[in-house]
Amino acid sequence: MYKVNIHVLLKDDVLDPQGKTVNNALHHMGYASVGDVRIGKFIQITSSETDEAKLMADIKDMCQKMLTNPVIEKFDFSFEKVAS
Amino acid sequence: MKVGVVVFPGSNCDMDCVHAVQDELGHEAQTIWHDETSLPKGLDFVILPGGFSYGDYLRCGAIAKFARLMPAIIDFANAGGYVIGICNGFQILTESGLLPGALLRNKDQKFICKDIDLKVINNSTAFTRTYKKGQIITIPIAHGEGRYHIDNAGLKRLEDNDQIAFTYSGNNPNGSLHSIAGVFNEKKNVLGLMPHPERCNFRNRDSLRILDII
Repeated sequence: MYKVNIHVLLKDDVLDPQGKTVNNALHHMGYASVGDVRIGKFIQITSSETDEAKLMADIKDMCQKMLTNPVIEKFDFSFEKVAS
Repeated sequence: MKVGVVVFPGSNCDMDCVHAVQDELGHEAQTIWHDETSLPKGLDFVILPGGFSYGDYLRCGAIAKFARLMPAIIDFANAGGYVIGICNGFQILTESGLLPGALLRNKDQKFICKDIDLKVINNSTAFTRTYKKGQIITIPIAHGEGRYHIDNAGLKRLEDNDQIAFTYSGNNPNGSLHSIAGVFNEKKNVLGLMPHPERCNFRNRDSLRILDII
């Protein structure tokens, strides 16, 4: 069994007003060193796939077709073996 | 004209669209449940209404694009059938690839519900033929995620092919790129727009004509 962790973030050139608002709030709290805040999504999937190459290909496919919108978002993922 | 209004779980402007097309414009309208696998025979026009299909889970329109009815709608559009996506319908059309670009959270993070002024950019299409180029029409918007975005190459294609249907006139309410409020596909038989023409039954009736395509 694998556990897959997928991170989805708006592309660098896409304005993230949510991140900007949180950034402002952090500055108001006194965290002056904060430079930029980008807010995205974290998706966790478990899979019974046994072939790691197939798992990677499938996850990439899922990200491109459904889990992200490639027009505005980018993604990366990692996975680890877990006891089933 | 025979019109089909698609109903997804979470659509909430479907009956407004039926009322506008049938009772105000005098066409024949029926609803189509998202779980059907084909469109009714002889349909001229498909409307994807506003609302929150599938609760806006994941992204607005992201789940609706996998509805069982969607392949039939894509075939209908590719064969030249007229399709309009209003608000959430616009988001579904961009997610499903029938229209270019994407819709993001409004620049000021707020849900905006008010009348705005819209400028007609391309008036040589079925949807916009009754307007003058540059005409300003008043129409309501009601969305939290209507900020149109497309990359530079995509924007150039939109401009070169006259695919920009409407822009916000004056104030850009949601931070859309180039104030874009509605776009066509290349063939101009598919239109997506954030504002709600079906809500123009009592006031601003000029804007209702966007739905009077034949």
